[in-house]
Amino acid sequence: MSALLKINNLRGGYHKEDIIKGLSLDVNQRDFLVIIGPNGSGKTTLLRLLTRVLSLKEGEILYKDENILQMNLKRFCRKVAFVSGDISTDFSFTVEELVLMGRIPHLKRLQYETKRDIEIAREKLVLTDTLNLKDKRIDELSAGERQRVIIAQALAQEPELLFLDEPTSHLDIGHQVQILDLLKKLNRGSNLTIVMILHDLNLASAYSNRIVLLDQGMVFKEGTPEEVLTYQNIEKVYKTVVLVNDHPVTGKPNVVLVPGDR
Amino acid sequence: MSLNRKLLILFLLLGAVIIFGLIKGAVNIPLANLLLKDNQVILNLRLLRVIAAILVGSGLAISGIALQAILRNPLAEPYLLGTSSGAGLAAVIAVIIGVSRIYMPLAAFLGAVLSIIIVYNLSREKGMIADKSLILSGVIISVAFSSVIVFLVSLFGNEAMHEMNWWLWGSLQVYDYRLLLLVAFPVILGICVIYFFAQDLNAISMGEEAAMHLGIDAQNIKKILILVTALISASLICICGIIGFVGLIVPHMMRLVVGPNHKVLIPMTCLAASIFMILCDLMSRTLFSPVEIPIGVITAIIGAPVFIILLKKGKRI
Repeated sequence: MSALLKINNLRGGYHKEDIIKGLSLDVNQRDFLVIIGPNGSGKTTLLRLLTRVLSLKEGEILYKDENILQMNLKRFCRKVAFVSGDISTDFSFTVEELVLMGRIPHLKRLQYETKRDIEIAREKLVLTDTLNLKDKRIDELSAGERQRVIIAQALAQEPELLFLDEPTSHLDIGHQVQILDLLKKLNRGSNLTIVMILHDLNLASAYSNRIVLLDQGMVFKEGTPEEVLTYQNIEKVYKTVVLVNDHPVTGKPNVVLVPGDR
Repeated sequence: MSLNRKLLILFLLLGAVIIFGLIKGAVNIPLANLLLKDNQVILNLRLLRVIAAILVGSGLAISGIALQAILRNPLAEPYLLGTSSGAGLAAVIAVIIGVSRIYMPLAAFLGAVLSIIIVYNLSREKGMIADKSLILSGVIISVAFSSVIVFLVSLFGNEAMHEMNWWLWGSLQVYDYRLLLLVAFPVILGICVIYFFAQDLNAISMGEEAAMHLGIDAQNIKKILILVTALISASLICICGIIGFVGLIVPHMMRLVVGPNHKVLIPMTCLAASIFMILCDLMSRTLFSPVEIPIGVITAIIGAPVFIILLKKGKRI
């Protein structure tokens, strides 16, 4: 497998403080890679560096051997899309308008969406099961519906690599599984490489082929769920005692919390 | 209702109010006599006012739209950057030191530009424009300049104030058509630039980061558009003084009618704001004729209740 994204000795963060302190990582084509780590370990900062929202201080990020900072921003956004945990706006775009915005990287200024753009948006609405919402305004949607719409918008960019920052954090377990199943399907069927932050270690274990455990802006451990999700690693990084056993159905590691006060 | 039909209705309305604007006034001219030679002078004057109304309405409303999108604040208005009080202050000073009336627009323009420069630089941190500091510095500069205006007026008496009245509350009386042409150029250019960024504005109104993820360089576009809107309002202040509420309520009403997509919203708002301004000007001229009420008073009297209704009725902005 060839590396789609190569992160070399990355350092960066906000103003004076570096949050990411010399991080190297390869993302392979068709990876379903989940980033885990305690609050403040730099997960979101890492994604913001990788999507060019923050500028890096040191190191380099290569997308197919091309430095991402030298790519035209629109071209970059045709390859790489980002899904945030939630959106908020005072402007009441409809679901369809919002998903069509995903076509912006493919359009020139003043160029109206073509029939093809509208078809692609529609296709993504169907894929994320949001077609019936298309004329609703985003402020009328539930959190689960809104998350699916955000994903539809990112998919409309037709990216090869999709970043997601806790796409399931506002959702109940039913919707969590629904979203992750969809992403897994896209990962397998449509050749979409996925890099996702998750808080839930068991979801990470169930869906990923690789897990990266971050601690204080550096990779603490990287590998398969079995390699990363050991009680020793988790106890060291999260400072929490857990049990890890095998999931009775999938056989993947299953992390069980141990309450401190019994 | 389809978009084309809405567009058609707005065009018809605009045609109708333009004709009204030409025939109504202190003297009513029947439509049939409009082109008679006797009425030439009045017609020309009224035509200038109609053109000024279209220019001022569109300019203020479109800069309002741009600022509302880039600041993600539906309450933003064109004078947010302190242009109005900067222009007002410069004009008051010009009156006091006895500058000839011909140079008043220039003084106002320079005052507006000065306040923009101050506000822009106050809100800059490490080359980035922070929304909150931009709004705050705009408010602070407005309050500071306004207090100086009042201070100067109380020191130098009512004469200056009287002269200033039309300035502070606006008027579409055009003294010189050359000035109108001079102002039309930057205003029309500015509206075109804003429309050029219509797609970017859609993305930016979802947030700066969201825009970045769609390939839009939000910071740079924000800087360009802040300067463009400031240039538009500074130019308009030269010919019409300060006219509030237009940049606020017309965009709001049009968002209710056609939605927030800027590619549609901008042209539709140009039409609607032109209609609104011609009507307001008509009222300012005819309600208490021969006394002319400052147009800013009319827009505020109409605007404030409309705004309150919009605010209370729909959460959708």
